[in-house]
Amino acid sequence: MNDKEIYAALTQVFRDVFDDDDITLTPTTTADDIPGWDSQAHVNLVVAAETRFGIRFRTAELESLHNVGDFVQLIATRRKGA
Amino acid sequence: MEQLAWLPVHDDLGAALSIARRIADPGERLARAMHLAGFRRDFTATGRLDRLAEAGLAATPAQLGLVPLRLAILASHTVDHLVPGIRVAGLHRGLALSVHVAPYGSYRQSLLGDDPALAAFAPQLILLALDAQDSPLDLPLDSPESAVEEAVAARIAELRHLWRRAKERFNAQVVQQLLVPASPPLFGSYEAMVPAAPRSLLDRLNAGLRAAAREDGVLLLDLAAQMAGQGPADGLADPVRWHQAKQLVSPTMAPLHGDLVARIAGAVLGRTRKCLVLDLDNTLWGGVIGDDGIEGIKLGQGNPTGEAFLAVQRYAAQLGRRGIILAVCSKNDSAVAEAAFANHPEMALKRGDIAAFLANWNDKAGNLRQIAKQLNIGLDALVFVDDNPAERDIIRRELPDVAVPELPDDAALYPAWLAAAGYFETAGFTADDAARGRSYAANAARQAVLDQTTDLEGYLRSLEMVLTARPIGPAELPRATQLVNKTNQFNLTTRRYTEAEMQALAADPDSLALSLRLADRFGDNGLISVVLARPDAALRPGEWLIDTWLMSCRVLGRKVEEATLQVLSDYARRQGITALIGEYRPTARNGMVAEHYPRLGFAPMAPLPDRPDGTLVWRYETRGSRPFAHPIALDTT
Repeated sequence: MNDKEIYAALTQVFRDVFDDDDITLTPTTTADDIPGWDSQAHVNLVVAAETRFGIRFRTAELESLHNVGDFVQLIATRRKGA
Repeated sequence: MEQLAWLPVHDDLGAALSIARRIADPGERLARAMHLAGFRRDFTATGRLDRLAEAGLAATPAQLGLVPLRLAILASHTVDHLVPGIRVAGLHRGLALSVHVAPYGSYRQSLLGDDPALAAFAPQLILLALDAQDSPLDLPLDSPESAVEEAVAARIAELRHLWRRAKERFNAQVVQQLLVPASPPLFGSYEAMVPAAPRSLLDRLNAGLRAAAREDGVLLLDLAAQMAGQGPADGLADPVRWHQAKQLVSPTMAPLHGDLVARIAGAVLGRTRKCLVLDLDNTLWGGVIGDDGIEGIKLGQGNPTGEAFLAVQRYAAQLGRRGIILAVCSKNDSAVAEAAFANHPEMALKRGDIAAFLANWNDKAGNLRQIAKQLNIGLDALVFVDDNPAERDIIRRELPDVAVPELPDDAALYPAWLAAAGYFETAGFTADDAARGRSYAANAARQAVLDQTTDLEGYLRSLEMVLTARPIGPAELPRATQLVNKTNQFNLTTRRYTEAEMQALAADPDSLALSLRLADRFGDNGLISVVLARPDAALRPGEWLIDTWLMSCRVLGRKVEEATLQVLSDYARRQGITALIGEYRPTARNGMVAEHYPRLGFAPMAPLPDRPDGTLVWRYETRGSRPFAHPIALDTT
């Protein structure tokens, strides 16, 4: 799965979590850009991404997920088995 | 087992949700959400369903037949992410749940001090969701047994005090969440030998909670037991989610968690299934009896498949013994199917366990309707178990009220799936439940006598019926509450009350809460009728409103109504009540009692204020009215 494919799959995750089919993601998309992206929704995003990509984020990494680019990068790293 | 494995899989739930959210009318969106809530779903789809239903639920939930209930959650961990799962599971189970979450960790303050938001919400059900990290018992590891016992007893006493407060202040039914083992064992298998070890303490606290809950009429939510083996193993007490957000239940498990809570809410309101309808071939035994013959089917010991089907039968028989009515619906030659019950030596289910037996070549939807009619219960009381996916699909489409679980392709797993689906969750278990199977068998015997008689009055006299009337006390309370919440047909007003509300009514000296039992020469029918009568603001002094009059359909046509009216007006006269005012509030299900009051000699009167549309009102003078003849002896001491 390359970055483009991860973006596509992650976009669907965001659309499902926020129930909004119009969401488009860029690397710099943050919580400020998406209505409803509060701390509870953030946990939902993390868990939905874990389920979708078959990975587990580490506790320490949860603090570094500030924007969509962080998500994609970490997903790619985890999927490579690191 | 996958989470919600018993629900069918939708072809494309995500797409269906995207289409449904564009529907303009909130009520239609709610109806769509109710339908889609019946499919297997993860927590994101569940969240979307919750938003789909939101506006419709806020408007007029009763229109779609949903029963409203206010649930407050008082938790010592984060539960906000679990609320959508609870509401959506409620929709699936016919409930419109409003959920109030008290501020995190403030459960003592909410119950002992002042919580205006909770008071304004007026909860009917309070879930006390506590965890092992909350209020830990700080005991040295080498504490003696006696010190541990004392600390545990003190903690249980504190919680019981909170339960009592919840009951007194809100008339609410309390549900206590048992503690989930969240921290790892300290001693391994030796843990239980050390009274003050963390897991030992937790086990003792849970044992204490169970015993106290039984005594206090509190219900339990046992997440650890109910979630074991269902869904992801890290869905409960995942340390990552705990450290990140103080979540005891991970969002991944929200759909199952929601269903566990909703089924308790449903049980409190009597929205549980009553009857298990079983297919035969490849459901109760391996093979097709019409082809394989009685010696060819696989059932019983000595063969793994036969053992598996025997276990299915044993589980069904056990459900029968706890009061679930059993029925058979199978495409088979009737004589062949009956012969299996009569002659196969390994059958754990006996023909006498089956209250309605339909083996024929008619379509199963028609047969299920027939079973409901024969047993005098609604289609929404049925669970239909069939190994054939095509039959399951047809019934789901033809009879959406019937619950039809998906089944795994291995009969060895049937009992666990059926149990996991939680169709028969209950808020009580009474002697009447345990005797129900025998009662249905006795009804068959009565029917046999009736079939031979041409003289109905003679038949009724020959039954030697005795009606025992008692004010509802602690002994009658659980069964009376159960009847109030699950009787749909012979129910004049269909008012639902929690056990706490019933208790309050029974304790009111100006009102009457009456339970009635009927016995005859074939046996005891148990508690079969409840009548609640009370003063009402819309009436004059000296008049009683018959708030509730309901009766089990098992005793229809036996003049119990006439005898009950005699008992009721005797009680009323003794209290100085001169007139009884009866209401009929029509529902989709209670048409059979539309003429109940005029048949008993009540006179029509003008409608009372603030009543639902279609309510009819009737009046009965307790003095001077001619008593009705009936063949029933009364015991009202």
